[in-house]
Order: sequence, then C-alpha cells, then structure tokens
Amino acid sequence: MTTPVLSIRNLVVDFPFHDEVFRAVNGVSFDIMPGEVVGVVGESGAGKSMTGSAVIGLIERPGRISSGEIRLKGERIDNLGEPEKARLRGKRIGMVFQDPLTSLNPLYTVGQQLTETIRAHLPLNEAEARQKAIDLLAEAGIPKAAERIDSYPHQFSGGMRQRVVIALAIAAEPELIIADEPTSALDVSVQAQIIKVLKKLCTNHGAAVMLITHDMGVIAQTADRLVVMHHGKVVETGTVGDIIRRPREPYTVKLIDSIPTIERREGQAAPPAANDDSAYVQVKNLVRDFELGRGSFTKLLPGKVEMFRAVSDVSFSIPKGQTFGLVGESGSGKSTCAKMIVGLVRPSSGHITVDGHDIWAGGAGHQERRKRVQMIFQDPYASLNPRWRVKDIVAEPMRTLGLARNKTEVEHRVAELLSKVRLDPSVMRKFPHEFSGGQRQRIAIARALSSQPEFIVCDEPTSALDVSVQAQVLDLMSELQSEFGLTYLLISHNLAVVRQMSTAVGVLHNGVLVERGPTDAIFDSPQADYTRMLLDAVPDISKVA
Amino acid sequence: MLAFIARRLLQSVIVMLVVAFIAFLVFRYVGDPLANLLSQDAKMTDYEEARERLGLNQPFYVQFFHFVVNALQGQFGVSYRLQQPVSQLILERLPATIELAVASSIIALVFGVFLGVYTALKQRAFSTGVIMTLSLIGVSLPTFLIGIGLIYVFAVELKWLPSFGRGEVVQIGWWRTGLLTQSGLRSLILPAITLSLFQLTLIMRLVRAEMMEVLRTDYIRFARARGLSQRAINFGHALKNTMVPVITITGLQLGSVIAFAIITETVFQWPGVGSLFVNSVAAVDVPVMAAYLVFVALVFVMINLVVDILYFIVDPRLRDGAKSGR
Amino acid sequence: MTDLPHAPEQPVPAAKTSRWKTFWRSDIVWSYRRSPVTVVASIVAFLLIFMAVFAPFLAPYNPFNPATLNLMDGFTPPNSNSMGGRYFALGTDSQGRDVLSTIMYGSRVSLFVGAMATLFAMVMGVGLGLVAGYVGGLIDAVIMRVADVQLSFPAILIALLIFGVARGIIPPNQQEGAAIWVLIIAIGLANWAQFARTVRGATMVERQKDYVAAARILGVNPFFILLRHVLPNVVGPVLVIGTIGLALAIIEEATLSYLGVGVPPTQPSLGTLIRIGQQFLFSGEWWILLFPAITLVLLALSVNLLGDWLRDALNPKLR
Repeated sequence: MTTPVLSIRNLVVDFPFHDEVFRAVNGVSFDIMPGEVVGVVGESGAGKSMTGSAVIGLIERPGRISSGEIRLKGERIDNLGEPEKARLRGKRIGMVFQDPLTSLNPLYTVGQQLTETIRAHLPLNEAEARQKAIDLLAEAGIPKAAERIDSYPHQFSGGMRQRVVIALAIAAEPELIIADEPTSALDVSVQAQIIKVLKKLCTNHGAAVMLITHDMGVIAQTADRLVVMHHGKVVETGTVGDIIRRPREPYTVKLIDSIPTIERREGQAAPPAANDDSAYVQVKNLVRDFELGRGSFTKLLPGKVEMFRAVSDVSFSIPKGQTFGLVGESGSGKSTCAKMIVGLVRPSSGHITVDGHDIWAGGAGHQERRKRVQMIFQDPYASLNPRWRVKDIVAEPMRTLGLARNKTEVEHRVAELLSKVRLDPSVMRKFPHEFSGGQRQRIAIARALSSQPEFIVCDEPTSALDVSVQAQVLDLMSELQSEFGLTYLLISHNLAVVRQMSTAVGVLHNGVLVERGPTDAIFDSPQADYTRMLLDAVPDISKVA
Repeated sequence: MLAFIARRLLQSVIVMLVVAFIAFLVFRYVGDPLANLLSQDAKMTDYEEARERLGLNQPFYVQFFHFVVNALQGQFGVSYRLQQPVSQLILERLPATIELAVASSIIALVFGVFLGVYTALKQRAFSTGVIMTLSLIGVSLPTFLIGIGLIYVFAVELKWLPSFGRGEVVQIGWWRTGLLTQSGLRSLILPAITLSLFQLTLIMRLVRAEMMEVLRTDYIRFARARGLSQRAINFGHALKNTMVPVITITGLQLGSVIAFAIITETVFQWPGVGSLFVNSVAAVDVPVMAAYLVFVALVFVMINLVVDILYFIVDPRLRDGAKSGR
Repeated sequence: MTDLPHAPEQPVPAAKTSRWKTFWRSDIVWSYRRSPVTVVASIVAFLLIFMAVFAPFLAPYNPFNPATLNLMDGFTPPNSNSMGGRYFALGTDSQGRDVLSTIMYGSRVSLFVGAMATLFAMVMGVGLGLVAGYVGGLIDAVIMRVADVQLSFPAILIALLIFGVARGIIPPNQQEGAAIWVLIIAIGLANWAQFARTVRGATMVERQKDYVAAARILGVNPFFILLRHVLPNVVGPVLVIGTIGLALAIIEEATLSYLGVGVPPTQPSLGTLIRIGQQFLFSGEWWILLFPAITLVLLALSVNLLGDWLRDALNPKLR
C-alpha cells in the first residue's frame, strides 16, 4: 500500500474570540493519494479554507491547531516549528489563492517573483532560474512568455494572473498543491481554462491537489474524490461519481439538489414574441459613454477626451409579467444597463419606457418610474443600511412615496410584507447584521415590494449567496412574480439561474447585445460565437454522473 | 513621464497663485498700509500722494499683478516693525532655519523609519509596547514643553549644552553657518531633537501602520505560502510596498518641519525665520506675514513635486497609468 | 475567503441574551474592559474635565480677584504655608496666586477653547466632507484641493496666520474681548480639513453601496440621503478624529498662548501659565511651571489615549 501524500487525522482548529472559543474545524480526517485530485466542498464557514491553512501552516492568529495530526508522506508536520514549516512551504506544499488580483506583489515583475521563489528552493543560478520561470509561464499558457516575464502583475488580466500564480505554486515541484477557490474570482469563460491549466500542471509535475471550492461544477470537472464539509466536520467522502449519483447525507443531497443546471426545466411558459411594441418595458438603442481618466480640474482644460462606450445600442423589450434574462461577464455593461433602467445613470442616448412612460423624460416619467420600478441588489450586506432597523428599511419606500397614512398602517404593511417573504414579522425591530445573507436578501425583496412596483430589476440577486440559499431565494422570487404579476429584468452571469427563471434572454458582450431571443432557443441552439463559448464554459455535473 | 511632471508643475503654479492671492489680500487689506508708512501728523494730501505713489488707487487686478511680479523678484516691501526690506530679513535668517530643519528631518526620518519597521515586525514584543506608549506620550507633549524640559535637564541642571542661541557662526558667501564651529554644533543639538520628536513619532506610527497593513495582504500570505524566507518577505516585499504611501506622507511631514520650527525657534531663541514670523504676528507686521506665507508655500510645493516624482519612480502601476492616461 | 468566526451563515452561539449582556459583550465594551490603560485614561480625563468645569466651586482661592491677592504670599513652595500664613498645596506664583486654583481656571479656558474649536472644525469639516463625497465633480475637487493644501501646512501656522489677520482687522479696543473667539475660529479653521478628508472618503465608500442606490431609485431627496443614510454610517471615524482632534486643539491652544498670541493675560490658559512659569525656571521656582505642564500633558495624553482606543475598537481589523 502506498503512503498518502497528505493524511489528516482528527484535526481541530480553534479560534478564541473574546471570551469564547470558536471551533472552525472539528475533527476532520481524510487522505490524499499521490497524483490524486481531492475536492473539498462546503459553503462559506464550513471550515474548508481553514483546513487548507492548517496543512500549509498559515493559520492566522489567534487561531490554532488544538488537536489532531497532519502527515505529509508519513511525516508529521503539524507540530513542526515555524522555520521547519517555512521550509515545507513552496518546496513540498504549494498553494493557490482565490484572488489573483491581490496574490501578486504589485511592485515586482512576474519574473522577479518567479525566480525569487525558484532560487529559494532549488540550487539554480539566476540565468537558470529565469529560464525555468519562462518555461513554467509557457507551460501555464502565457503567450510569449519570454517577453511577458518582465511585465508587472497589473499588466496581466485576471485569468493570466491566476496562471502566473499557479506557475508560482508549482515552481519548486511540490508534492501537494492546495488550491483555495482558484476560480471563484474569475469570469465564467476563464474559469474552465484555469482549471485545465491547474490540472495539467499538477499532472505534469506529479503533484496531488487539494481543491477547495464551494462550486460543485468545478469539482465535478476536476476531482477524483470528494470530501464534503459542513460546520467544521466532514459529512461525506467518496468518489465524485458516487457522491453525485448516490449522496447519503441529507446535507450532501441538499448541496447537490440546489445546483441549478442549464438543462431545460419542465413546464415553462411559452416563449413570447421577440420585440413587441406593446410590451410593458421597452429599451431602445440604449447607449452609455464614460469619460476616461481625467481629474475634475484637468477636465476644465481643453484637450482630447477619451471615451469608453460601456453600453452600445442595446434594445430589448419585456412583456408584462415575464422575466427577461440579461447575461454577461463582469465588464460586459449589464450593470450599467440596470442602472440606466432604474434611473441611477443617465443614458447617453436611447429610450427606456415603462408602461408607455419614458422614464428619463423628467416630470411625469420620473414620477412613474419611482412608483413602478424597483431593484434588488447583488450584495445583501451592502444594500441594507446597517444603522437602520428592518422596519424602517422596509417602510422607506412607502414613506417616501406617501403610500401609508399613519404609523400603525406602516407597521401593519411591513408585517405583511415580511410574512410574504417568509420572515417572522417580529424581526422588524432588529438590525440587518442580526440576519444571515439569505434572510437579508429577503428583507431587500420586502423593501422592493413595499412601493408596490410592477417592474423589478434584479442585479445578480443570488450570486452573493450560498448555493443552498440561492434556490430558496429564486423560488421566492418566482412565487412573488405570479402572485403580484411582476415583471423582472434578471441580470446574471450565472447561466443556470437565467435559464431557470427567464422566458427570454439577451447576451451582452463588451456593451453589445450579441444575441437575443426566447430562452430555449438561445440555450439549445446559440447563434453567436460568444454565447456558444459561454455555454461551453459551464461545467455540467450531469455529464459526470 | 514629462507630461506627468508638466501637469504637476501646472498644479503647483496654481497653488502658488492661490497662496499669493491670499498673501496679497492680507498684505493689502489687513491694517492700513499707509498708517504704518506715514508719520502721525501726515496731511490728507500726503495720504493722497502716497496712495498714488504706491498704486493703491489702481484697479484690484492690476495691484495683484504688481504684487505677483514683485514677489517673483523677491520684493515684499519693508517691514513695519524693523524698517528693513522683508526679503533681506528673510534671507538673513534663512540659513539658521534650514540648518535646524535639515538636522531634525534626518533624525526624524532615520529613527522614525527604523522604529516603525521594528515595531511592526515585533508586534507582540515588550519593547514594542514600551515604544508605542512612549510615542503616544510624545504626540501628547507639546513641542514647547519638550524644549523647556530639555533646556531644564541639559542646560540648567547638567550644564552640558547651551540653552539658547546659535553659538558661533561662520560666514560662507551670504550663508551664515553654525555647522562649522563646535559651539554652533553644540547649540544645534537640543533644538534639533526638540523639533524632530513630533515628526519622529508621526513617521514611526505611519510606517508601522502601513507595514502592518501590507503584512496582512494576500501577496504577503502568498509569499509565505511560496516558502520565501522571513527576511525576504519582510525586507524585500513588505518594506518596499510600505514605502509607497510612506514617501508621500513623510515628504509632507518633513515640509512641515520648516513651519514647526516657529515653536522651537521661539523656545530656544534661535535666530531663524520662524521666530521672525511669530514676532511679526504679535506686532501685526503684515509685509513679513505675507512674505513668510509665500515662502512656506514655495517650500511645500517644491517638496510635493519631489515626492510626486519619487512616487512615480517607485510604483510601476503609476508609470503605466500615466502612459495610458488613466 | 477564509473561514473566520464572523462568517455570515454561521449561527452565533448564545443567541438569546439580554440587552445589557449584548452591550457588555459588544466589541467596544469588550475592548474597553480589556485595556486597563484606557480605563485609567478615561478616569483621568473625567477628573480633569470635572475639575475644570466646576473650578469656581472647587478652587480653594479665586486667583483673579485682586482683593484676595497678597504679595506676601508670593513664591510660596508647594505644600507649605506662606509668609502671609495661608496654606498652598501647589505653591504660589510671583504675585501670590494659588497655583492649584490657576490650574483649575486655566484648564477651564484650555478645555473651552479646545472643545469649541473642535466642534467648529467638526461641523465645518463633516458638512463639507459629506457634500464633497456625495456630489463629487468640481465641488469635490475644489473642497478637497483646499483641504489638501491646508493639510500640508501645520495647523499651528494656519492658526497663527488667521490670528494675525484677525488682529489686524479687529479694532484694538475690542481685541481683548474677542481674543478667545478669534482663537477658537483660528484653531477650528486650522483643523477642519482632517474631518473633511475622512468624511469624504467614508462618504464615497457609502455612496457606492446599494442601500444608497435603493434610496436614490425611490427619489429620496439627496439632503435626506446624506443626513439619514450616509451620516450615521460615517459617525465612527468622526468620533475618532474628534477625540484626537480635541487633544490636538488643546495642544495648539497651549502653543499659541505660550507664543504669546493666544488668550489675553486676564484669562490665562495652561499655555499662558507655562509661559509665565518659564521665567522662574532658572531661579529655582520650578513649581510655577511644572504643575501646569503636568496638567496639560495629562489632559492631552488621556484624551489621546481615549481616541487611540476608540480607533482600535471601531476598527477591529487593525487589532
């Protein structure tokens, strides 16, 4: 029998916090065999990142390993002193962090950081180390590696930087790579490539991988075995196929069920006519330009103004009571579109009409917009004022618009709205920080409903939430839609969410609407290359099973 | 790079013009310029004649223009109090202030950066606690009290060092230096320490805060995860990143040494421009106040310019940013 | 993402606790309980402020009433009886004024000027900072450029200038009465920029947050958005700067008075007392200088310590 590369036994990590101790990792045990890719999944707070930090010996104070053992190729490493641990890092255990934008030192070139790492571990001179660095970059898929090696990190895109980070992690040929959410900060279209690069480099250099992620799709594509964590404990382990097909623990079942797929769901509404002039919401030839990089003072001076077109000639329409999904990656202009539609950013040109009123025409159009249009935001931590009580947050729209006559009526309506979003009305005296992410998003929905709108713009309403909570919020949104006859504009980078929710879809790329049509048509037979690329990039767990 | 410097130069000129305008307003409208020039029993016709001669009847903007033209030539009129040309007064006293400011800046910079790095790296050490407590006391101690304390201990009780003045000076061209005589150097010690202490604590706390901030970043964590030595992480990665913001604020702090010299010069009766300014404020000697304001602004603008260029050299992101116009 | 104890979906242990217990366990009280230095500093600050506010009732003598002054009492050392037969705990100065009483009255002047100047700077700085951060554009650029230029000059220089200008403008016969207010405005104007810069930064962060967007979508009046949404969220940093600013203002007042351009001699502050005391340092009457100096340092230090603690307590990641 071969020795596992990594063997964790009954690991416990504690965080003393004020007078209490928070147990982040509670008796975790698992093994990783040579050359194996083991996925560690769980929601935020499950203790998976902490397990990774414990292995590489980088738990931040005041956290500590209270008990248990960690063995690397049979040698115990959890009780080593700091200098010995430092010698393992990079040399025998490499690590890839989540955010490539912050993982690299901005003041040094990529080459300097690579050669520094290589020379710290391998007996090479400067020229040899540089050659190895170039080889590694080329292997990680950086084009023209010999030239790019002298570039600074900010001169690379996010995806390219993550390739550099992977090259750095593998530079000294470690036996184990810990990848902590290596793709979560990247765009969908880049994620798949990065996973491929990670897997390829680890195979080439014979490193085993501990892949920490909350994204079952990434795991399904990459991992051989799966460790499911929940509240600091391992709830289930097994091969990926086994767990996805036959999950035993209720938590695992919930985790798998809550993954939306881009496969067609049963019983969807018939696709609407594509661009109907009588549609409830109409967006016509919308354009928005931004000026680039000039201070307020220099703006007063004459000179060439560089313009950036964030949204370029976008048109679509939404019939009453239906959902239009607007898909695109970060920087595609979808959020700018949303801001123009709700009245936060003035369009450079083009028209938006809601129920026949041009909302940027001022006067009556402005009043109509305030009454009819509402928005649900991505981050429920930022969309609720932390200093306000829930009651005041939910009541703000009705107070501003004068929809309630007196205090009792306000209170009554708030209670009603809270029960509509499945929250106990008694929570109205609490502050937002007392709620979880999913509950906050419900409060945000209650606020949006409070002005009795007809049209709600939902900007990534679930992407800041844990997977198991996402499904509940989406279900709630669907129910409210049929109950109140709401019209939704759903903006998301998550194709699965869009497929599940919308009747028609538009695909936005660099500010241009590259494709538009009924949901099924777009998902089943995409016309634009970009759409096809997006769809291909989505990991599909049904293929594994 | 050139465009960047040109833009900064333009901004500096604007700042100088604004300051000159304020100085002009002070000069022109605070007190009555004529009352100080003419004798008590001057007649109305003398007033009229003087107004005409000094151009006080001309339109506002013409007067401002003349003020700027004169200021560019170093002409700020005659001190009411001392009846000497202001430019001459300032030039005479400038060497004393500059020698004091440079000496204390060096002390503040060397010890400030060293202690800041030390306390950031040894966050849990007992010595760090002592240094941090002392620094807080340092911030709470008014400069003049530090000066008085030092005088009492080293001049009155121990009689090691002189309690006031500049000691013997040597004339080199128009520059009168105290750095070349023993008594001059001895006289410099106490004022320089007094002036440096406040800046020292500020620089130290700033360096420490920045360094701790940098030590928490992802790229430092990643550097540790790559197995770089503690030395390479602390001094190669963390220190260099710390220096980027530190350069700016430290530069500005050093500029303010010139102005803080006001207090130190008063305590030690140091014959510099600071004590000249305090005496002028007390006597409402407007031409000196206006000239001093312009002088200090000039020092700041120049330091700012140097700091911006340094910043530019250290941070590659800025270099590219300037190229692409972002 | 690291799994820290604050992780969102984590059920917090012991959820049901009384309001008092919640308060007692909150970060801010917790950090106060854990910091003996802060506890001592707050007690010292409280005692000094109490002593200053109630000086007319607490002071053993009224040092500014010529009728009770006796030159026979002059230069009495601390803790002894004067030649005039009266007891002075901290001694007397050249004119026979009780040092303890002058310190009490002096702290009153110092604290009044410091507090009023800080209040003035705070109102002005917070107001301008909110507007600059929220409105942006040219208004922001103008306000912040002025603040930047001013911040690069030491407050003491600005205050001196304003003071000098005011002296030139106000007619001589009104100068004595106006002196304290001139001083307050001079110190206040010299310190507003720090508030403005911090509040502007915080406002720009808050303005980007979605709760402000939600209010804007509703068409809430921008003034109300600033007042009811943004202001409560920038109070923390304002409190910190306000506390540290108070210590600074007290020191600045003392410095100006020490330089002889501050409060009129009829209303001596701690700085004035130190200026007077310095004259007697060389002749051995150390107590005239030492006790006001100690009071000034204790006052500034305790307020500074409180500000330092407040900053750490409100900004847990810096701990």
